[in-house]
Amino acid sequence: MKRVYVNEEWCLGCHLCEYNCAFANSGLSDMVKALKGKIIRPNVRIEEDGGITYAVSCRHCDDPICVSSCISGALSKNDGTVCIDHDKCVGCLTCILVCPYGCVSQNEQGAVQKCELCLENISGYPACVQGCPNRAIVYEER
Amino acid sequence: MSISYIYPEFEVVRNPSRCIACRVCERQCANEVHSYDAESGLMLSDESKCVDCQRCVSLCPTRALKIVKSDCRLRENANWSDNTIKEIYKQAGSGGVLLSSMGNPNPLPVYWDKILINASQVTNPPIDPLREPMETRVFLGSKPTEMKRTSDGGLDCTLSPQLELSMPVMFSAMSYGSISYNAHESLARAASELGLYYNTGEGGLHEDFYCYGENTIVQVASGRFGVHEEYLKAGAAIEIKMGQGAKPGIGGHLPGTKIVGDVSRTRMIPEGSDAISPAPHHDIYSIEDLRQLVYSLKEATEYKKPVIVKVAAVHNIAAIASGIARSGADIIAIDGFRGGTGAAPTRIRDNVGIPIELALAAVDQRLRDEGIRGNVSLVVGGSIRSASDVVKAIALGADACYIATAAVIALGCHLCRTCQTGKCNWGIATQRPELVKRLNPDIGSERLVNLMTAWRHEIMELMGGMGINSIEALRGNRLMLRGVNLTEKELEILGISHAGE
Repeated sequence: MKRVYVNEEWCLGCHLCEYNCAFANSGLSDMVKALKGKIIRPNVRIEEDGGITYAVSCRHCDDPICVSSCISGALSKNDGTVCIDHDKCVGCLTCILVCPYGCVSQNEQGAVQKCELCLENISGYPACVQGCPNRAIVYEER
Repeated sequence: MSISYIYPEFEVVRNPSRCIACRVCERQCANEVHSYDAESGLMLSDESKCVDCQRCVSLCPTRALKIVKSDCRLRENANWSDNTIKEIYKQAGSGGVLLSSMGNPNPLPVYWDKILINASQVTNPPIDPLREPMETRVFLGSKPTEMKRTSDGGLDCTLSPQLELSMPVMFSAMSYGSISYNAHESLARAASELGLYYNTGEGGLHEDFYCYGENTIVQVASGRFGVHEEYLKAGAAIEIKMGQGAKPGIGGHLPGTKIVGDVSRTRMIPEGSDAISPAPHHDIYSIEDLRQLVYSLKEATEYKKPVIVKVAAVHNIAAIASGIARSGADIIAIDGFRGGTGAAPTRIRDNVGIPIELALAAVDQRLRDEGIRGNVSLVVGGSIRSASDVVKAIALGADACYIATAAVIALGCHLCRTCQTGKCNWGIATQRPELVKRLNPDIGSERLVNLMTAWRHEIMELMGGMGINSIEALRGNRLMLRGVNLTEKELEILGISHAGE
């Protein structure tokens, strides 16, 4: 299946992916309205140290440990995408503890949030990929 | 330095109702114009450092930024312009020669814009390039002037070495050092995909790019940096650089700060040492000397590669070209006074040399008059900005055009003209690794291929309109051109009639 991959060599560490992600998942149609004055909670994060930067987001693992550890059945895998049902999440945060990539986080309401490839939101295509100025994040079959 | 004589040239205008303080502008500005004030949660800017490269503007996700020219002016004076006065302030402060980059920005005449192209009507039908075949391929090199027979009576079909171009455009010389590894890779990959050529400039050829040798022109300049046998053999042609349109009569100087790592290895000089190209080739003081170098290079490459001699367009260019055409060179490249550079003394860039349009017309005419036009192909550069400039150049007598400024613009250059600082925010004219990586050659080469594909379509449209289906039939076809707003003398030199004639 197509996945989001990161070409570290081309990552500029501009953090645009984080803002595009937060906007795409905001449910709003204007970026300024969605993000101005807010602390953003993106599902993709730039890791940086000593001049090296790269974006990290859900790997949509073949055998996702977050799904098998979910106590309420909120996390599931549909067509290769690890999805979350916010209504079912009880906020136990087990998935956050077990994810080896640190790609699950808590949203403002206390439930967890994660990358769902923007397939269901306003973007319809991974917003981090679409907005990356240097093709450091790509969405492709490998 | 208590008095700042020069008010910043640009203003950074930030729309506070749009700015989301994402700090992308801050992270992307190598000149450190933008900063974030955590206390107020606002972005700040120091416009005195801004060079108007527009990187922040292009990357701002909410279009909250624009860079405008400051309207803080000195008292109006038609003789002492703002710029003239500020240059004096700079020199009074530094005691140094003023440096500039890219081509001459002054409002000197652009003859391309005073030349109009013909089209067919009624009696000579135009050709639709979408329906009928259209040839844009050209061959560069010395052409035979007479038919020869072999001893057994057959036709002697041996030709001197030729370059085959899918369209009459090549990427002109930009050295590895003046531009980045990724910029070079973008040019090399695009040239190879398009069936064109790019030019190493005088910085040698990085070992990673030998694989693009078939589409590479290797340059030999007065500094002879990076020149060795394999280098000469790696390219499809060899160019001897005698001069450059942006700085005729002077050499080059790549500061030691840019001679790092691979640049030093490729140039074959120690790290940190300045790369100084002398103004003359120390072994060339006559056409005979030039001929020796031409033949030395041919000998070194077993007469398999055409040799190009590149000169700047200067006052006696027709006589100079006539000499070069007799030196054994296969191709003459002429660079006009609006040609770009990574760094040149401002006074030289802005005041030395002549327009390429006049130089081309004069050279083509002179070589025809002397019956030696077939000895060489003519390539012209120095601000070829569009497909129509290419068509006009071909009709004036060129075989092909060299483009570099247009190519770097395709790569993202915004012509801020501060290449000499080495802090190119677009990853082109820099060697700083964190800036170089901003130009992904996958994107760069794709954009160059797009640009050339678009130009090729436009060239075919313009040719079709004139009822011409082969670029060879357009070359030197000055009847296809008319001038507007030109004096009798200008028309005479260009060899074209005025519109209406």
